Formats: sequence, C-alpha cells, structure tokens
Amino acid sequence: MVLTDIPSKIVYERPQMLDPIVTHYCPGCTHGVAHRLVAEVLEEMGEVENTIGVASVGCSVFAYNYFNIDFVEAAHGRAPAMATGIKRVLPNRMVFTYQGDGDLASIGMGEIVGAASRGELLTVVFINNANYGMTGGQMAPTTLPGQVTSSSPTGRDVKRQGHPIQTAELLSTLEGAVYVVRRSLHNSREVRRAKKALRTAFEVQKHGLGFSLVELLSTCPTNWGMTPVEARDWVEERMLTYYPLGDYKVSPAVAELKV
Amino acid sequence: MAKELIKGNTAVAEAALRAGLEAYFGYPITPQTELLEHLSYRMPELGRPFVQAESELGAINMVYGAACTGKRVMTSSSSPGVSLMMEGLSYIAGTEVPAVFVDVVRGGPGLGNIAPAQGDYNQIVHGGGHGDYHLIVLAPASVQEAVDLTGLAFDLAEKYRSIVCIMLDGSLGQMMEPAEIPPMQPLKTEIPDWAVRGTQAGEKRILTSINLDPPAQEVMNYRLMTRWQEIEANEVRYKGYYLDDADFVVVGFGTAGRISLSAVRAARENGIKVGLLRPITLAPFPTTILDELTDSVKGFLVVEMNAGQMLEDVRLVVRGRVPVEFFGRMGGVVPFPDEVLNEIERLIRGPLTTDGHPRDRWLARMADVIG
Repeated sequence: MVLTDIPSKIVYERPQMLDPIVTHYCPGCTHGVAHRLVAEVLEEMGEVENTIGVASVGCSVFAYNYFNIDFVEAAHGRAPAMATGIKRVLPNRMVFTYQGDGDLASIGMGEIVGAASRGELLTVVFINNANYGMTGGQMAPTTLPGQVTSSSPTGRDVKRQGHPIQTAELLSTLEGAVYVVRRSLHNSREVRRAKKALRTAFEVQKHGLGFSLVELLSTCPTNWGMTPVEARDWVEERMLTYYPLGDYKVSPAVAELKV
Repeated sequence: MAKELIKGNTAVAEAALRAGLEAYFGYPITPQTELLEHLSYRMPELGRPFVQAESELGAINMVYGAACTGKRVMTSSSSPGVSLMMEGLSYIAGTEVPAVFVDVVRGGPGLGNIAPAQGDYNQIVHGGGHGDYHLIVLAPASVQEAVDLTGLAFDLAEKYRSIVCIMLDGSLGQMMEPAEIPPMQPLKTEIPDWAVRGTQAGEKRILTSINLDPPAQEVMNYRLMTRWQEIEANEVRYKGYYLDDADFVVVGFGTAGRISLSAVRAARENGIKVGLLRPITLAPFPTTILDELTDSVKGFLVVEMNAGQMLEDVRLVVRGRVPVEFFGRMGGVVPFPDEVLNEIERLIRGPLTTDGHPRDRWLARMADVIG
C-alpha cells in the first residue's frame, strides 16, 4: 500500500464564520487565535447568523473584516454601551463585544462597569496584552510593574504611574456579572481552555443568565520587542503571576449550565 | 384628543413614545430630568426598553448601537450632558444612522446653572463633535410646538439618515401649558436595508465610521454634504409675524422668539411697524426669507438668550446691507418683553449703523445693566 491510498479526512479547517483572508495582525499575535475561537464557538452553537458583533478601538478595530457576520464599530471604550443598545432592542440576538485592555480597562471602564452591573445579556471577549498595541505599544492600565513601553521608557513605576488593573477580579465583584474568568492563549492547552470558557460565556447569554466576560491573556511580540516564541514565554513567566488564570465569578445558575 | 395642561419635558417624552419610540437611553440632569422620569415608567409599561445609563457617554452610545438596528431611538440631556454626548454624535453622523436627541438648554459655561438659556446654539448648530457633519436642529417656542416637532424629528432623522436635535430652552422643558399630544402610532415594522440584525443567511452588514482611505472618506464626506444641501433646500421651517409691512424685524428663536413676539405686539399697538422672524429650524437656517427681508426692511434686531450666537448667522445673510442690532441676556437670565420693546424703540429712534459689531455695542450698553 502506498501512502496516497490512505483515505483522507478533513479533521480541522477554517471556520466558515471567518472570511478566508489574511489579517492585518502581526506574526505571533494571538488576536487571530481569539477570533478563531469565537468563530468556532458560535458555529458550534449554530448562532452565526443570529449574532451581532461590536468591534472596539485598538488593533482589533477591523475585526469586522474577518468575521462574516453583522458588525458595528464602537467609539473607543464605548462598545459595552453600544452593545447594550443593540441587545435591548434585539433581545433574541447574540451580541458580543471584542475589546482590548486600553479600550476596556482604561477609557471604557465606565461603560464596562455599567454594563456588567446592569447584568446586560452581553458576552465580552477581553484581550489583555499589557499595552496599547495599535498606537505603538504605550503603557496601558494592564502594563506590568517595571514593564518597559514607549510611554514608560524606564519601566512602569507604580509610585508614579499606578498599579495595573486586574479586570476580571474587579468585575467579578458586580452582582450582574455572572461569569467572569481569565484564560490565556499562550499555549495549546490554555487555548483549549479558553475556547471552553468562551462557549460557556455565550451559553450564559443564550440562557439569559447575565453578563459574561472572558479575559484572554495575549501576546504582542511587535510592541514587546520579542519573537513570537519569546512573547509566549513572557506571558507564562510574567503575566500569569500578576494575572492568575481562573474562574473569578461563576454564579450558581452558570455552574449548573451543561456545556 | 383634548388639550391637557402638561410640562414641556413630559409632553416631549409622551409625544416621542406615541411617535413610535422603541428605546430610550438617558441620564438624569436638570432641567431635563422629567423627560427621563416619564419614560422610566411609560416605556416599561409598553414593554419597550428604557435604560438609565451610567453617563451621557453611555447613553449616547446606547442610542448609537440601537440606532444601528434601524429602530426609533432617542436620548435627552441638558447642556453639560450634551457636551459629553458630542463624541457619540460625531460617530452617529459618521455612520449615517438616524437618531433623535433633546437638549434642554441651561445656563453655562461649565456647570453654570439650571436656568433657561440658549448658549448651546453654536455647539448644536455648528457642530460640536469632530469632523464635517451637520445636525438638523429644531427650536420650538411652546409646549405644543415641541410636541409637534417631536414626531417630525423622527421622520426627518429617518428620511435623511441624520441626527435631529430638539433644542428646548430650559424654560420650555419646565413650563406647563395646554397642549394636545397626538394619538399613539404603531411601531415601525419595516427595517431599513442597512440596519444590522444578524445575517440570517444574507450578506453581512457593517456599520462603522472608520475609513482609513482618505479618498474613500472624502466620498462619504461629499455624500453627507450633498445630503445637507438637499435638507437645506427642503426642510427650512420658520414662522413670520407681521412681516408684510415691517420696517424693522426682530429675529429670535425659542423662548427669546416668544418673548420678542410679546414685545412686537406691544410695539404694533403703539403703531410701530415691526415684525418677527422666528426660525424653527436653526439648521438648516432660514436664509432665503432673511435675505428677502433684507431687501425690504430698515434693520434687524436679533434677540437671544446668549451672547449673540445666531447673530453671526444673521449677519452672514444680511452682509452689512442694513443695520443689525443685538440684544441678549446670558447665563440663565431671561429677558423681559419690555426690555425687547425698549430695544425696538431704540432702533426706531436711531441712529443706526452698519459699522462695527453689534455685539460690541450691546456689551457697552449692558455695562450698567449687568451686575
């Protein structure tokens, strides 16, 4: 028997929800992984044609070019408010925001706290890469103590520039937020766990249980000045210490969900 | 339907609801709050979304999101809150989705006070948010007119995929007077093609205000500007009083226009040939009638509850052909009809000039009056 006689079977391919085009993301950036996970989850749930996405300002500003679904583009930080408007008038649609850390945890802190506290039936995909990616790697509210960025050139000095914000922990204190977890995209095991969390988050919305958010620790090799492999290691060695992975809020109703 | 004694804010809220308002997003601020309060029980009663937002930023962006679904949506606020909404308004304009907001104007700048004013004219009429865009701005002078313009606001917003502002002086928001609210209209059932809803097996729709390619952005800018020309050609609204034989014409909108009408009537009783032009659309501005009047009158008196903001738009039309004088009160001070009457009589007495700037002459006259 020659090799070509083995019957072939496709076991893994691009989700149809992702348009077959090259993204503008840098090599080694995990935005692509996060996009793919969202697409896989919504396809598996059969919700693709019923979903409206809300893009934010940052590297993922053009996320709508890659997802083959209805999308709107919010002002910087305002995605949760915009998503609230959509979900309230179209309660039977899946509505999610896709936001970075500068967008969500700095300029948009008011909107995310408001949406979470009201228990809006939204799912938030929160990408934390510890800097402002699109504008060239400035200090973000998530930048680690001592981390060098283009606007903290000698390293973040917490006495002068304050402490990083632990978003999942912060939002988990709000009653309306019923599912708040932190995952990471730096290795395949964590990617699988991230996908499961995203599935749960969208199921939470589908079942009308409340506000759900998945924080995803992500890489930014270009602005961190690292190779993609070094960037993955940096997430593991540095980010996980300050941003421990885990389930920060799983309400009793969510715990009963069978995913 | 019978007239009822009703407060301006409440009347606008109920009129919006009956015009088919599908969702309201707002934030408390005086002197607008009754509008929000009224809808806080009326909307849930009808099973329609009402959200008290975390801020005016939140409110306008909720409107932005809901407007992207093609539904009739609105917000309301007062001057400092409207300043916060400017970001969202620019994005809504840049995305070409219809939205309605009410600005119940109070004294400023800054926190100012909660008394009636018209100091938001420049911010509302001449932009406020960044980039090239125009709002349609409606300025009622009575509770009934506010009610009537509310229904119109939604129609215009949808017709032109534009933002419509109902600029309600604080006095009109707070004042109670008899008004008839139109009967309940059914909710819109038609969803425009451009509205997001989930692809439902069709092509995806993207609603965004970003366009990194300057020539493509310019195409969008051109579309907005030519649409504005169409609005200027079709949607100018004003009311003229005693204009046919007028030697002098007072120009004033909203509360200032209404007070001026009392003064004009008093002057007419004294045999003075004076009329009133009350713009109802501040944008598009009633330039044609103003231009025609310039050919037949000896002068204009612009009356505002600000430091002469519409005054500049009047001067642009009159272009020094006849004298333009100004009278205003600022910071929440409301002029009395006899103050306006005194100004009319001053115009009659003359001498008048087309030299200098009317604001400078007004400020000099007010030195002894203010403070």
